[in-house]
Amino acid sequence: MNRAITLVMLVVALAIGCAKKQPATAAGQPAPPATTSTQPSTPPPPPPRTAERVEEAVPVPSINEDNISNRSLEDLNRDSPFKPAFFALDSEDLDDAGRAVVAANADIMKKYPTWVVTIEGHCDERGTAEYNLALGERRAVAVKTYMVALGISPDRLRTVSYGKEFPFDMGHTETAWSKNRRAHFVITSK
Amino acid sequence: MDKNVMNWTLGVVLAACCVIALLAQTPQEPAPATQQPSEIQLVISGEPGTPPRYAVPDFVALSPDAADTAKTLGQVLWDDLNFEREFYMIPRDTYSTIPPARTADDVPFAAWRELGADAVVFGTVQKTDANNVRVQVRLYNVRTRQSVFAKEYTGAAANPRLYAHTISDEIHQQQRALRGVARTKIAFSSDRNRERIAGPVQNRDVKEVYIADYDGENVRRVTTNRQLNITPTWAPDARGIAYTSYRRGYPDIFVALIYQGLQETPTNGVAQNWLPMFSPDGTRICFTSNRDGNPELYVMNRDGSNLRRVTNNPAIDTSPTWSPNGTQIAFTSDRGGTPQIYVAGADGLNLRRITTNESYADRPTWAPAPFNEIAFAARTGPGYDIKVYDLAGGETRQITFGEGSNESPAYSPNGRHIAFTSTRGGRGVQIYTMGRDGKNVKQITRDGNNYTPSWSN
Repeated sequence: MNRAITLVMLVVALAIGCAKKQPATAAGQPAPPATTSTQPSTPPPPPPRTAERVEEAVPVPSINEDNISNRSLEDLNRDSPFKPAFFALDSEDLDDAGRAVVAANADIMKKYPTWVVTIEGHCDERGTAEYNLALGERRAVAVKTYMVALGISPDRLRTVSYGKEFPFDMGHTETAWSKNRRAHFVITSK
Repeated sequence: MDKNVMNWTLGVVLAACCVIALLAQTPQEPAPATQQPSEIQLVISGEPGTPPRYAVPDFVALSPDAADTAKTLGQVLWDDLNFEREFYMIPRDTYSTIPPARTADDVPFAAWRELGADAVVFGTVQKTDANNVRVQVRLYNVRTRQSVFAKEYTGAAANPRLYAHTISDEIHQQQRALRGVARTKIAFSSDRNRERIAGPVQNRDVKEVYIADYDGENVRRVTTNRQLNITPTWAPDARGIAYTSYRRGYPDIFVALIYQGLQETPTNGVAQNWLPMFSPDGTRICFTSNRDGNPELYVMNRDGSNLRRVTNNPAIDTSPTWSPNGTQIAFTSDRGGTPQIYVAGADGLNLRRITTNESYADRPTWAPAPFNEIAFAARTGPGYDIKVYDLAGGETRQITFGEGSNESPAYSPNGRHIAFTSTRGGRGVQIYTMGRDGKNVKQITRDGNNYTPSWSN
């Protein structure tokens, strides 16, 4: 009985470990705009696989699942499972990449059915301070609407706009601006 | 309206001061024979076709501990009188050859006349006890050697600038029938305290609401909640400031009664509300809210009652400003695809778009009477410039020209000046003032970043 439960937990843990194997950027940083690394012309040799090695790996205790559910909200948000969705200049529309991010975030919401998130709408500095407060609201609502379409209860989704008040990147380049036009997911209750 | 003017005239701190008008002094020396001895021409004029030339030397300290105050009064009064550009102010560094007067009886009129002065100020200041001063001031017509303006003020010594501001406003009123702005204040939002709060990913700068004199001096902090406090806007009585605060985690409208330390919450957490704007009579507030699912404009009474929806459109409607008589509202809407300025009745009817050649326009600000115009920020390249739409002629004039990005215009109560934010100095976002013709640009903040100015009555 106990062994069966342990086994299930391990399988789940491994699955999450794989799913989470995104590049380890700094805590919560949005992934940098895909700079295609032209390096690997020859793929690295696959690690030798033997039955013995797998059995050695098994005793590692389940970490990821417990970590996520045990971590404080603050820690969770600093190394968030959610990715921000980005927007084009002056736009509140989710493009394909944005929808993919939101869909992945919706899957996480389904996995943790008690979580409540606040979707923050942010803008870059190229819009005016006043209009951006409304544009950020529209961006947050656009993401919420898509999340609801994907089956997430609206009760679990709050929105808030910060306009251009809280830029993620303080720079004044398109690279900085593209990171600042975002809908940011914050776990507010779990 | 009468009440507002009265409040303005009384000033805020002066309520505690005693203002005594002295009788206009008769000339010490016999007036030239061409003058009617019994009549004093109160308005000092310059040479035909030129503004009168004014000199404001340091005030005379009648007690040794008033020396600094005497200097401050002269400098600030000179700056205040210069601000409205009604007079030619003779630079203070050219007065060195003129012997300072000790009393009103030995003002060296001949020397002032030689310098080309039409008008000269003679003022004294005396500490009456540790915390109080007496300030006396006279304005002389240099040609006739008559005193055309004479007043005495007593009150707290803490802020000598206020006496200079008061004298300037009274001289503008008497000499030009002009409502000066020297006692007005500018409210703004700033990160100058450099306090940060924990954000979900990185720490975030808080912004608090501050007020300063119209010249940027005498800064006082209004909010202290260490959250985001933005878009302050004065109540017409200059005693309240409505603003947007995130102190509850979402934007909502608060009204700070700054001289009582009290706070009103007219929207009180019903949905999210931001960008409040008082009606000219102070009884109503127009604001943006998402309470119906989309940023729309609403009007409520100041206490939150009698809520009415002004706009009804799936696009964004925001950034309201009232016409001077309170019957119309100008605002920003992107219903045409980009943010543009529209005007409608305060009931939302009779909508019309006024910006037609802009790619992006926001923060309309309706000028007070008699100027029938609306200033706004327009995208002119990578940044923004301030433009002014003339409601009668339908023309738009540009008054800043690509020096940094220029946003958030706000008129002075006499309509002759505009405060705005600019990045032109290269050190963050700062507040500047300029004439409504775009001239005489003056930086008034330097600490941290400063946003969304609002100019008090």
